[in-house]
Amino acid sequence: MADFQPGDFEPITGRYVHLNIAGRPARLYFEEAGSGIPLLCLHTAGSDGRQFRHLMTDEDVTGRFRVIAFDLPHHGKSNPYAGYQDEEYRLTTELYDAAVMAFCDALALERPVVMGCSMGGRIVLHLAGAHPERFRAAIGLEAADHQQPWYDTDWLHRPDVHGGEVCAAMISGLVAPQSPEEYRWETLWGYLASGPGVFKGDLHFYRADSDFRDRTHLIDTTACPVFLLTGEYDYSCTPKDTLRTAKDIPGAEAEIMEELGHFPMSENPAKFREYILPVLDKVSRL
Amino acid sequence: MVKRTIHGGPPAAHAIEHLADTVHADPALLHRGRFVDLEWLWEIGETPYHVRIQNGFIAELVRGPVLMRSWVFAIRGPVESWERFWAPVPKPGWHDLFAMTRTGRATVEGELQPLMANLRYFKDVLAAPRAMEDH
Repeated sequence: MADFQPGDFEPITGRYVHLNIAGRPARLYFEEAGSGIPLLCLHTAGSDGRQFRHLMTDEDVTGRFRVIAFDLPHHGKSNPYAGYQDEEYRLTTELYDAAVMAFCDALALERPVVMGCSMGGRIVLHLAGAHPERFRAAIGLEAADHQQPWYDTDWLHRPDVHGGEVCAAMISGLVAPQSPEEYRWETLWGYLASGPGVFKGDLHFYRADSDFRDRTHLIDTTACPVFLLTGEYDYSCTPKDTLRTAKDIPGAEAEIMEELGHFPMSENPAKFREYILPVLDKVSRL
Repeated sequence: MVKRTIHGGPPAAHAIEHLADTVHADPALLHRGRFVDLEWLWEIGETPYHVRIQNGFIAELVRGPVLMRSWVFAIRGPVESWERFWAPVPKPGWHDLFAMTRTGRATVEGELQPLMANLRYFKDVLAAPRAMEDH
């Protein structure tokens, strides 16, 4: 892992790109580092692409991969769609797919590896099934084909509860106890800083519009190999959920990561690289 | 001096006895709770505890049952759940209040708005015994 000192510049660069997502103009912020096989990284619900900054400063990754992460509309430095003030933000599978494909087209990414975490892990299952010719491989972090709702998401967006505070406190337990304090709180900041209703709107996709149990068995892993990695402390997408999903996808590989939770790449980057580097070795040979 | 239980955390009686001292020794926690002013019920196994919070301080902690005493919300779980939760490095499924509610190892009920509005504070109060020394 990189050890930066005062005065050092990181190799990450950030830019904006204009897209059309399902008929709506969007201005997306993205960051990238490295060169080689494109590795498109999709952030969790309610956060943004900063979750992948450690991968982008890991020379064992960037020496072989062009690591790219964009912020979905409403997230991070990407603006919400114009007119957001009069709408309830609700992400759907259709919108999420459209955003990823529009971004790949805009950057002319040639068969990238797509890696997503949590809801990003959910959508990579869809992408592997719907567009296998467009992706070299799919890596699902904290991914499963379905999640049983386990709390009332109305708490995440109401005027008598601070949205950022409650979102961060809700997800705080999904970080493993072994994760370093600095990175635990950095991960929580993504939620503390999220826009009103954004996490809740993402969970519409995660909970209501992405039950893929009836189609994951159709994924052709000879066309788009699938790798699933889930932290043992994740009680949202549980190891059991991931293993069940992997069992349904012929040829999929799954591994449960010890001492990690729901945000492996940001909560404990040193531990995560022990698990992700072997997977990246495999996809680089595809 | 207290020994940890076979479940990993301090014995429940010790944890409750020293809860206020542990909470009051943490200025960041008190700051998080500065707007909290209510009474809640913490049930540890068969034993109910009425915890009255004033501006983040534990103003009163009464071992129940106390008939007809009101509370805003209740958090309940078996002794084993809490002692596992208080382990210095809890095992998966016992490491967070919601990990325990999702798996049926604890329950939360009542008027939840004050809990949710101050969730970080209450999670930290619940977890405070984790920091108790075992020597």
